[in-house]
Amino acid sequence: MSFLSYMINGISLGSVYAIIALGYTMVYGIAKMLNFAHGDVIMVGGYAALTMLLNANASPLAAVLVSIVVCTVLGITIEAVAYRPLRAAASPLAVLITAIGVSYLLQNVVLLIFGSNPKNFQSVIPVPDLKLAGGALMITGETIVTIISCIVIMTVLTLFINRTRTGQAMQAVSEDKGAAQLMGINVNQTIALTFAIGSGLAAVAGVLLCSSYPSLSPYTGSMPGIKAFVAAVFGGIGSIPGAMIGGILLGVIEILAKAYISSQLADAIVFAVLIVVLLVKPTGLLGKQIQEKV
Amino acid sequence: MKKNSKIFRQNLITYGMVIAAFIVVQILQSTGHLSSLFTGLLVPICVYVILAVSLNLVVGISGELSLGHAGFMCVGAFAGAFFTKCTQDTITMVPLRFALAVLIGAIAAAIFGILIGIPVLRLKGDYLAIVTLAFGEIIKNILNVFYIGRDSNGFHMSMKDQFSLGMEADGKMLLGGPQGITGIPKNSSFLAGIILILITLFIVLNLINSRDGRAIMAIRDNRIAATSIGINITKYKLMAFTISAALAGMAGTLYSHNLATLQASKFNFNTSILALVFVVLGGIGNIRGSIIAAVVLTALPEMLRGLSNLRMLIYAIVLIAMMLFNWAPAAIDWRSRLKERLKHSRANGKEAA
Repeated sequence: MSFLSYMINGISLGSVYAIIALGYTMVYGIAKMLNFAHGDVIMVGGYAALTMLLNANASPLAAVLVSIVVCTVLGITIEAVAYRPLRAAASPLAVLITAIGVSYLLQNVVLLIFGSNPKNFQSVIPVPDLKLAGGALMITGETIVTIISCIVIMTVLTLFINRTRTGQAMQAVSEDKGAAQLMGINVNQTIALTFAIGSGLAAVAGVLLCSSYPSLSPYTGSMPGIKAFVAAVFGGIGSIPGAMIGGILLGVIEILAKAYISSQLADAIVFAVLIVVLLVKPTGLLGKQIQEKV
Repeated sequence: MKKNSKIFRQNLITYGMVIAAFIVVQILQSTGHLSSLFTGLLVPICVYVILAVSLNLVVGISGELSLGHAGFMCVGAFAGAFFTKCTQDTITMVPLRFALAVLIGAIAAAIFGILIGIPVLRLKGDYLAIVTLAFGEIIKNILNVFYIGRDSNGFHMSMKDQFSLGMEADGKMLLGGPQGITGIPKNSSFLAGIILILITLFIVLNLINSRDGRAIMAIRDNRIAATSIGINITKYKLMAFTISAALAGMAGTLYSHNLATLQASKFNFNTSILALVFVVLGGIGNIRGSIIAAVVLTALPEMLRGLSNLRMLIYAIVLIAMMLFNWAPAAIDWRSRLKERLKHSRANGKEAA
């Protein structure tokens, strides 16, 4: 029974990773950049929701919506100010370092406003806990909501990418920017939209993460950010179902390693599994192997 | 021949810069113009200069993004400090012991470089970056749960806790898990740091201008073309990676002998990123740039200490602004236009005169 509950916890944590990884993977797929500030957008989302709950006495739903709006605007602004000018830079590393600068900036702005002490985040999820098998197996409301949101987000996003014209435009831009522009697609707008979606998802992930692990500090976002990045690579970066599978696998491995092997070595085990996967399949589980042409 | 002498001159300038900096600091120090804050920064600056130059070998010269450089520094730091702790009573000559510790640190890091490099260098681009990140985290995590002690029976090792070592009463803890290594003698000095920087520069600059270095850069510029003219990709990539790891290990040993306590958690992802920031800001592939960036960016947060809370904020803004200014095509255009206009107006001024 305990194995089952670990599995469920793992899937729940993995769902959060998957939602964060979606942001990473979409941005990578379309802009070919690693957005290291993504984890900090999650943290900003958490603080936005917390402020609404504490200072404005907003309902949980309103808090989540405000948090999504804040993060979306933040994502679009970051892209326009810090990343767009560097899109044609000589080295792809330039934008990576700028992303790190943005990450420091977000952490320190939040640090100045809210202080460095971790804030207690009360769960915004009104769903009651579910007791199964006569109370031997308990599934928290947070877990249920997290898993369901992950599935819903996944489905909607896949439909959006494959069925709408905007989604197709995204695919076209990720395939070939120049050709997409010639077909009349507004590349800048499409990339901005990708950042908007990714950051909006980060806000959702932030609220879910803080509801399950109720402590929020300016550095809350960095470790889940790195883990989600690992999840995205794990599943094959640029692939949306890959991010989902990668995220959930990562969450399950982490929780099981913590439970059965060593809580201190859990991270090391997660990373070791990643290395093994990449050595066997160098482009991740669902990544496309692109043959280099001479 | 002419080209060679030009390279030689450029290298001399780099060495001269380091030596000049050393002399200036010595003069300032002896005349008492150096604040205690800055004196405390001298060794860390040396550490980061070596780290930046060594990472530039991988990122700039070999063209691979490594996000786990702190891992090698960590290995070097622990190996060197461990050696010093073990031989504290047997080797009493401090400079000799420290030199040996640096050597041990470099060798240990180089071994890890080879072990990690063989599988990792098969990957490309961002995948390689994430695996180096993963290795960096693994090294840190494993060192965090390692306990080593020594008593009259020899060494004891455990991965659980201090008590499962089962040591005799006279046992001494050498490596204490998350507590790391404590009581390391403070053997690092600014002079030692400068000597190690010069050694690093000697190795890296000579490698770049050698046949091997040109092969490494050929692989960076075009992997397929390099293969087609018979360059052994794996060998040269591994060479750059291993040398870089060894140098980072050296920096680590210098770092650990500047602190009384050494903890693995200090070598986290942020340290790797910091080294990368030095490299990119100083100019990818530009060794002299790395040195300057490492010095400026290590000193900058300390110089801003008076602003306490604002200092990291300013650091972040300066970093973003410098990146945009240095790398954005629009900014580069604007700079060249400005230069053109200045030249023009100067020429006009001359004509008018």
